[in-house]
Amino acid sequence: MYQYIVLAVDGSENAFRAAQEACKIAKLHEEALVDIVYVADFEKVKNEILHAGSTGALELMRRQKTMKIEQLCKEEQIRYKITILRGTPGPEIVKYVNAHNVDLLVIGSRGLNSLQEMVLGSVSHKVMKRVQCPVLMVK
Amino acid sequence: MQTYQQQWFGNIRGDILSGIVVALALIPEALAFAIIAGVDPMVSLYASFCIAVIVAFFGGRPGMISAATGAMALVMMPLMKEYGLDYLLATTILTGIIQMLFGVFKIAKLMRFIPNAVMIGFVNALAILMFMAQIPHIFGGGMTTYIFVAVTLIIVYLVPRFLKAIPAPLIAIVVLTAIAMFNGFELKTVGDVGTISKSLPSFFFPQIPLTFETLRIILPYSVALAIVGLLESLMTSSILDEMTDTKSDKNKEARGQGLANFITGFFGGMAGCAMIGQSVINVKSGGRGRLSTFMAGAFLMFLIIVLGDLVVQIPMAVLVGIMVMVCIGTFDWGSFKYLMTAPKADAFVMLVTVATVVWTNNLAIGVILGVFISAIFFVAKISKIKMSIKENVYYIEGPLFFASTESFQNALEHVEASTVVLDFSNSHLWDESAVGSLLKVVTKLEEQGKEVEVRGLNTLSTKLYKQLLG
Repeated sequence: MYQYIVLAVDGSENAFRAAQEACKIAKLHEEALVDIVYVADFEKVKNEILHAGSTGALELMRRQKTMKIEQLCKEEQIRYKITILRGTPGPEIVKYVNAHNVDLLVIGSRGLNSLQEMVLGSVSHKVMKRVQCPVLMVK
Repeated sequence: MQTYQQQWFGNIRGDILSGIVVALALIPEALAFAIIAGVDPMVSLYASFCIAVIVAFFGGRPGMISAATGAMALVMMPLMKEYGLDYLLATTILTGIIQMLFGVFKIAKLMRFIPNAVMIGFVNALAILMFMAQIPHIFGGGMTTYIFVAVTLIIVYLVPRFLKAIPAPLIAIVVLTAIAMFNGFELKTVGDVGTISKSLPSFFFPQIPLTFETLRIILPYSVALAIVGLLESLMTSSILDEMTDTKSDKNKEARGQGLANFITGFFGGMAGCAMIGQSVINVKSGGRGRLSTFMAGAFLMFLIIVLGDLVVQIPMAVLVGIMVMVCIGTFDWGSFKYLMTAPKADAFVMLVTVATVVWTNNLAIGVILGVFISAIFFVAKISKIKMSIKENVYYIEGPLFFASTESFQNALEHVEASTVVLDFSNSHLWDESAVGSLLKVVTKLEEQGKEVEVRGLNTLSTKLYKQLLG
């Protein structure tokens, strides 16, 4: 069964729906652990520093992205942990998932940046192609 | 914290490669900043070499790239125009001394208190000024110039989608310089605005009269450069701290920046500071240690010495295109949303900072005014005491100190009830005026024949109260 589940989140509505599905699957296994992974994007650090003003405020901004999902996990009584990675979201998730013994990756189909997606294809699509474990993509 | 040796040799392969990438990306910017400042390209190339190498040894943030920058070039432009290079070099030396003093007296840490509204205003103003400096180069060159600027922009935005290893600005330069050279287009080149000498910088004293008159000319510029340079350097180091999840020594960085400018002035280079864009490129290319900064500077100098003859052939239009890209990257596009969502006072401070800089052409004045206005807003905000009344109990909310005592007294001017309870559990008495005004209010109410009870004073407030009343 799926014991170690990585849930890639970016603070979007889709990521929350992905979290709901991850919880459903996690319930199938007593020992299941949901690893909520958020990637702090290198490209955005400059703007985040400018707008957050202090490291405390920045920490809060990051935590707000995972807060709703944490609450969901608590309500559903699912074991979870939070991992914050730094880099470019797609490759960073792939690297993390392939380096750990992950049973399932759950990811939302569409992130926050629709313009970039039109030009580049979505982060989730790129991740799908390159991870070595089963992926659940949530619409 | 890593040891100094680890900061140098902890990531040799990554640092060497990223240093080379940064050096390649640095050349077009260094040339463009020379043109903004109105100096010979060598002045900014020497500056970039000296500053990068010195900061590599003495800076506080490993992996950060420092060199000649647009912000500094903009500040020194009027000085250069009016007094010439020797005064600019003297100003650079003095800037270094001021920054070192900032570092020694730990003033650099105070930069933390600059509100983010001012910082956002600063980067926006910087982008606008840099863009305005490009306009004369865009117009008047004819159709060929427009096309070269446009093609440069297309290359720098499209190529990174497919090829990430080589910096796109460099590709634009190589391809377009080759096209311009072989087709004999009538284009202004770097060679038309300055000369490139293929030699290492050498030590000399700037030729200036050592008088008070000289000091009067260069001091205001030095102070402005010191502030602008430290502001950008400390912001860049925070960005790198966050990107790499490590800490850095801000005062050491200020001392390193100061020393770098101090020495650079004697070697014919203009003042510089940390570069946000290049530092981000460095970290993204795998650079983490001091070696990457050193490599960036050293390899830049090597390239100039080897390729000097080709550098003069670079069309100005390509540099202008690259600068437009830098401006777009520097501008904080989140500002428009910020103007809508941020508190009105913050949005106002941001706009004032931008407007002042664009109006005065001086980044330092904008920052100082921005900080000043936000300080006033801050005091105005916390000087308002909130008070809610429930069954003769007055709940005071907010700190009571010299700026807020007046609104406190006014609020208790007219009281109807015969017994009054003042509840301070959500307040704090900060100073003598707070204790004094509380006494005054109580006395006045008692004179009117009312019964007054003060409750909920926290421990520190009670201590201050007792201390002042013996």
